Amino acid sequence: MSETERGREGERTDRTTADGQFGRYGGQYVPEALMPALEELEDAYERYVLENEDGFMDEFERRIRDFGGRPTPLGRADRLSERYDSEIYLKREDLVHGGAHKLNNALGQVLLAKYMGKERVIAETGAGQHGTATAMAAAHLDMPCEVYMGRTDVNRQRPNVFRMRINGAEVNPVDIGRGTLKEAISETMREWSRTVERTHYVIGSVVGPHPFPAMVRDFQAVISEEAREQAREQLGSLPDAVVSCAGGGSNTMGAFHHFVPDDSVDLYAVEAGGSSLEVDEEAGVAPNSATLSTGDEGVLHGARTTLLQDSDGQIMESHSVSAGLDYSGVGPELAHLVDEGRVTPVTVDDTAALEAFHRLSTDEGIIPALETSHAFGYLHEAFESGEDLGETVVVNVSGRGDKDLETVIEETEKRGLESAPDMSVFETGGGI
Amino acid sequence: MGDDAADAAGASGSADSRTGTDATATAFDGGGAFVPYLAVGDPTYEASLEYVEALARGGADLIELGLPFSEPMAEGPTIQGAVTRALEAGMTPDRFFEFVSELDVDVPLVCMTYYNLIYQYGSSDGPRSFVERAAEVGLEGFVVPDLPAEEAGPLREACDEFGLDLIFIVAPTTRGDRLERMMERVSGYVYVQARLGATGAREDVSDQTGESLERLADWEIPKAVGFGIKTGEHAERIAAAGADGIIVGSALVDIVAEGHEDDRPVEETADRLAEKARELKAGATRGAESLPEPEHP
Ligand SMILES: Cc1ncc(COP(=O)(O)O)c(C=O)c1O
Repeated sequence: MSETERGREGERTDRTTADGQFGRYGGQYVPEALMPALEELEDAYERYVLENEDGFMDEFERRIRDFGGRPTPLGRADRLSERYDSEIYLKREDLVHGGAHKLNNALGQVLLAKYMGKERVIAETGAGQHGTATAMAAAHLDMPCEVYMGRTDVNRQRPNVFRMRINGAEVNPVDIGRGTLKEAISETMREWSRTVERTHYVIGSVVGPHPFPAMVRDFQAVISEEAREQAREQLGSLPDAVVSCAGGGSNTMGAFHHFVPDDSVDLYAVEAGGSSLEVDEEAGVAPNSATLSTGDEGVLHGARTTLLQDSDGQIMESHSVSAGLDYSGVGPELAHLVDEGRVTPVTVDDTAALEAFHRLSTDEGIIPALETSHAFGYLHEAFESGEDLGETVVVNVSGRGDKDLETVIEETEKRGLESAPDMSVFETGGGI
Repeated sequence: MGDDAADAAGASGSADSRTGTDATATAFDGGGAFVPYLAVGDPTYEASLEYVEALARGGADLIELGLPFSEPMAEGPTIQGAVTRALEAGMTPDRFFEFVSELDVDVPLVCMTYYNLIYQYGSSDGPRSFVERAAEVGLEGFVVPDLPAEEAGPLREACDEFGLDLIFIVAPTTRGDRLERMMERVSGYVYVQARLGATGAREDVSDQTGESLERLADWEIPKAVGFGIKTGEHAERIAAAGADGIIVGSALVDIVAEGHEDDRPVEETADRLAEKARELKAGATRGAESLPEPEHP
């Protein structure tokens, strides 16, 4: 934005870079020590990612195919289609190496760090999927890697902690606050400002300061690029709706990006409704992570975006049964698309997500991540309540649920969910 | 600052008001200024009043008052601890302003906080309400660690309107264009970050400090160095390297934290803070005295 445009939209600021703004959201709200690193990254993003300098994108595409397993299929979900009397298609990001869409971004950024001459990568992680993907990419590209993970998440996503360690990454538990994704991001930012000159911070979603939201979206956009093509080939037309879960919003933006100009395609971002949409201002706790649905504008982790915050502007602790959605912020571009009315935010609570987890597992033979289960929870609620999502719906299967089995068994039992298989016979004699 | 730069700043319309409050810049007159930081409300509102007054007694020339934010992205574990204690004890922006009104000290006070609290305050869309209230209670300026010069337009405007200072942090990584952009927007003093990383008291004093001071040598605005200063001897070395002042946070917060953990009487902790303040002020003064007389242009 040029100097003359200064202050055009109230809080819009006098930045000199042209991009990094999505409507009133975005920007670079970071400590000064990080600004030169962001400028360096902007430059690298433009040259290597946008302009394919030194064949960066060619190498990325080769590696995401040969190492990552792309392209992923778009497959018809036969029993769900029958259940809902519609054509339900699944975009299978759970089949990407590592078991989630996260590798699309992690591989891109670790490779970029190499091109930039950085010696080390660091990452935050919530569910552990991004940490795992970064650890894999770092091992693959021979880069030292350290991951920061909130203590609560270390405890509820243990399989991923083991996977990161086994791939050779250091895992640093973060003992601040509630010990989830918010604290992990803050701590990784701090570590980045200590070591910024030789370290790249591989941020795990479309959040943070510019250029991260745009760059992570570009690495994830392969999801909708493929899905759009596949839909045309297999269905002869575009789908009527795309449904995707949203934490920070990277699988969401990835699944939506190439459909955004297609006005006939409705886009649904499914947030974690947690245990309730009510907020406890006094305790500073929102028992959900429904940022797009209930939050309001503010500044967190380097960006102006939509947040869960109290009336003073203190950030509230979020909650979700799914670690990867358990975050008080959301990507600025997604916040903007919601403001514009292009994306519809909806919520699904913990219990409905667990039911959807079991439904997809038994109906389709696909065990989804708890994050992903929220997308299927919405699909179910929409069809049950008679809401018309259209004739063909694509659901983004952002990841697989192996990491969640312990949580799912425990939470299922706690709720006495009838739809779930009985696991009690396995309990005596030392666990599963 | 060179004439060209001064003209450029004038053209951008903020030059006149950038000299708005003289109080902060004057606090550095003669060099060797001691600028302590404490998180307000740590561990309680009342104790915190005593502590800040103790720092003034111990020789503070200007005080940075931290308004606690739930996500202190630039702070190390020491100040994070202070922020958590203060928030748990009920500190809010309104309580903070009350605190500043009630405080009985006669040195300039600067508010250090994160942008979201400034942005959300009051009814205005943007930082204006916060700045207006800050001016009312007698604050002289702001340090906002997550607000680089590029994003500071609206806050700079509000500061100009109410005659308050906006202090920027110069990091060891800040060079070239960025320095110039900052020079156009800064007022009061610059906060020279002595080393990379989050805040926290350290054993050594970084070489990065000397380099940073050199880069800023021709800025007329006072330079205060912070991040990691812990003892009178550190203070002396940094003042002797050409800093107009030293900023100390974590080493003081440590004393508050200890007092809290060991359940010491508030007066005892206050005395210890005053004593530490005297040590740091004396060091800074010695350092400043070792410098050759400045030439005045
Ligand atoms: C499988 C899966 N889906 C979704 C998410 C949420 O992240 P995002 O909203 O950035 O896609 C995560 C995060 O860890 C995840 O592991």
